[in-house]
Amino acid sequence: MTDKTVKPTPSEKKDDKFDLRQIFEGSYNTLLPLLAIFTGLVIGAIVIAGTDATVIAAWKNFFQAPGAAFAATWTSIATAYGALFGGSLGNPRDIVAGFQTYFSTGDNAALLKAIYPITESLTTATPYIFAGLAVAVGFRCGLFNIGAEGQFFMGALGSVFVGYSLQGLPAFIHLPLALLGGIAAGALWGAIPGYLKAKFGAHEVVNTIMMNWIGFRLSDWLLNGPMKSPGFRPVTRNIAESAQLPHFFPDPLRVNWGFILALLVAWLIYWLLFKTTIGFEIRTVGANPDAAKYAGVNIVRNFVLAMVISGGLAGLSGASQVLGVDHWVGQGFSAGYGFDAIAIALLGKSHPFGVVLAALLFGVLRGGATRMQSLAGIPVDIISIIQGLVIVFVAAPDIIRWLYRIRPAEHKQALQSRG
Amino acid sequence: MPVLELRGITKTFPGVKANQDIDLTLEKGEIHALLGENGAGKTTLMNILYGLYKPDKGEILINDQKVDIEGPNDAIARGIGMVHQHFMLVPVMTVTENVMLGNETTKSGVLLDREKVTQRIREISDRYGLEVDPNAYIKDLPVGIQQRVEIIKVLYRQADILILDEPTAVLTPQEVDGLFKIIHSLIDSGKSLIFITHKLKEVLHIANRITVLRLGQVVGSAIPGEVDEQKLAEMMVGREVNLVVEKKVAQPKEAVLKVKDLHVNDERGNPAVNGLNLDVHAGEVVGVAGVQGNGQTELVYALTGLLPLKSGTIHLNGKDIHKATPRQIIEQGVAHVPEDRQKHGLVLSFPLLDNMVLCTYYKPPFAKGVNMQDRVIAENGSMLVKQFDVRTPSIFVAASTLSGGNQQKVIVAREFSRPIKLLIASQPTRGLDVGSIEYIHSRIIEKRDEGTAVLVVSSELDEIIALSDRIAVMYRGKIVDILPAGATKEHLGLLMAGVKPEDIPDSAKKKSAGPVEKVF
Repeated sequence: MTDKTVKPTPSEKKDDKFDLRQIFEGSYNTLLPLLAIFTGLVIGAIVIAGTDATVIAAWKNFFQAPGAAFAATWTSIATAYGALFGGSLGNPRDIVAGFQTYFSTGDNAALLKAIYPITESLTTATPYIFAGLAVAVGFRCGLFNIGAEGQFFMGALGSVFVGYSLQGLPAFIHLPLALLGGIAAGALWGAIPGYLKAKFGAHEVVNTIMMNWIGFRLSDWLLNGPMKSPGFRPVTRNIAESAQLPHFFPDPLRVNWGFILALLVAWLIYWLLFKTTIGFEIRTVGANPDAAKYAGVNIVRNFVLAMVISGGLAGLSGASQVLGVDHWVGQGFSAGYGFDAIAIALLGKSHPFGVVLAALLFGVLRGGATRMQSLAGIPVDIISIIQGLVIVFVAAPDIIRWLYRIRPAEHKQALQSRG
Repeated sequence: MPVLELRGITKTFPGVKANQDIDLTLEKGEIHALLGENGAGKTTLMNILYGLYKPDKGEILINDQKVDIEGPNDAIARGIGMVHQHFMLVPVMTVTENVMLGNETTKSGVLLDREKVTQRIREISDRYGLEVDPNAYIKDLPVGIQQRVEIIKVLYRQADILILDEPTAVLTPQEVDGLFKIIHSLIDSGKSLIFITHKLKEVLHIANRITVLRLGQVVGSAIPGEVDEQKLAEMMVGREVNLVVEKKVAQPKEAVLKVKDLHVNDERGNPAVNGLNLDVHAGEVVGVAGVQGNGQTELVYALTGLLPLKSGTIHLNGKDIHKATPRQIIEQGVAHVPEDRQKHGLVLSFPLLDNMVLCTYYKPPFAKGVNMQDRVIAENGSMLVKQFDVRTPSIFVAASTLSGGNQQKVIVAREFSRPIKLLIASQPTRGLDVGSIEYIHSRIIEKRDEGTAVLVVSSELDEIIALSDRIAVMYRGKIVDILPAGATKEHLGLLMAGVKPEDIPDSAKKKSAGPVEKVF
């Protein structure tokens, strides 16, 4: 038993096996979110049909024409989801036809039109990825960063300021500076509640909410005062072209390098959390602060560090939206990215790759929602209902287990946030 | 006529046969001990009886009638009461409130009728000798009294069959005596009792009949007086067991740890250690004996940097460490097997390989710069799992999936596998089975023989006696006396109870005959 030359078995020697475990944490953990999404869509379909006047009228005549009732229901749901996914992913036939035209004639107009919906979904997903990563990093350290929205705002303001106030710089200097401006502003906004928690034990949930309000009002003041562009509207000037994240395609396609940056950052956060000592400490503090202290980990420092990283990512989220899409900031700039980010982090199980997938889903749902409203007359709010349902099912996996008769996990995953 | 009969109970979990064809009968007025190692299936069997699990096969008979137990409420309605190992009490509520919780007696429908329940509790207390103040808050009561509240809860619900799950695991020797008195008074008034444990001495002392489980099967039953500890241990473990820790005479060298006039407050700010002095030398085991709550926990926390000192000095290899952080202390070569393995010792949601490097993850070869070396960490994990005989399907499973004994082995493997000068082991075998205890004890002695200074803190007097070369008795935050290895239990017991060293009668100091024995 004191043999010190025990060799690892071949299966353990393989590095890839280890990596897969880290990524998926068992197929069980990916199954539940998928079923949650599916169930959300099913219930969403029931709501769509149930609120459709035509469907209700058809069901009133169920005994005269039962077939018509089912047909009306089916039509209603198919139109709505057809519009939703057509509006967010595009029509595959059009895309194929677009490619054919492009390769045969060199004319890309049809192709660009066909891929427009999916590029819009990716554009929407970009800030979601950053913001979802922000909340996920917090969760991994046992911190509930509700302040992503405020940090998003500050990041947008930081990057827009660097974007418009500096002129005449080459893009390879200006753009990184503008991104850093966003990161720094968000990081500062995250660092304050992090420091307050570390130093005084003030709860981060309360303080990040407070920081949100401070951020909102500060931005109101800035947009009506120091950062206001000439004119009547409370908006900033446009950023210099050298600070813009380049688009991949001509207008009106808005998908830009921000998306690639988001994927790279997701990989970076994965590496940081799971491959470095920094991430090991953050995760240890999050999973068991007592054991972290026992192991000599500086808990206070990790709280601040995690909040700085989290705030920086949320700030980068705002920056990506400003530098890649809007190019200016106005009042009420965020569409609740920072709050949706909480849902995305939960849905993605606080894993960077899960966050990317969850953000893509949200991008698709948000991207198609407008088209669903215009084509099928279904209000955009139905998307919020579906999102809400998905989150409920992810947060209460027992419902899904019961619905699909899945045996409970042998051991329950430790709570990632202590709230 | 048996009050309870289990026939052919079988329960399978994915990959594990937790119970296989188990038969068990409980006669009226009987104390039936269910003996087995951790993971032998005792708790599964009792959870089936309590309605928490449904058996795959087999039947349960109460008073010769076949029953189907739907859940805990159903079990309670049929007169079965369970006292869990981990108490199910609300600390900020009073005894009365806890007893009525879930079964509230009310006046006019909505108002709680505390008086009536208090009255009932007093009746139960008097009848069975369960002294407790119904108006006291749970958080203010010692563990032994909390257990009485659990028993009262069960009796309040008019249980005739009581299941006690590892009831002595958290008790001091005096509290154990108290519990046994209560058990006898319960039996005298016609209750029947199943007593789950892995402690052999207790079983022989209290049980009328013993059923031994191993790997989910009944391996035999016995009557105390017809078997001895050695025989029971062998039945439990399935092989011959070494009940005595074999060790050579210690070769103490220089002092590694020197503690002078140490004062420490507990987490709530109350003084816990009051002017403690202690030296531990390389190559010796110093055992700290004492009734729980006399400052042992705070002493260990102060030594490992988990609690700040109020005053005094701690020197480690001549270096002053009274202001050092846990990390600095670890780097000085201190290993710590913590008292609460799930709180401090492990990150339960992390896989074993990560838990194996919990204190060394940032150092080469496990990290180069900030890059963690996954392969080295995995190799370290598999090596330690083999070396320390941790029973696990893989090094990638979460620590939470292991049994208590194997979790403890993970901690021991981690702490013993790095170069250390001082080992601090707090309750190193609490709640463990015979096989694991034997193993961990031999490892501790091995460390001592390698020249490590060892400080063992334990509330199990037999463990202290078996391991220690010197025994320091702690009482009210001080070391009241240090005795040599051969000290008698009576002598130690009197010191633990607060009798002054000069008042100990010579008769108590007499050496007992025969080799030192351990209780399991």
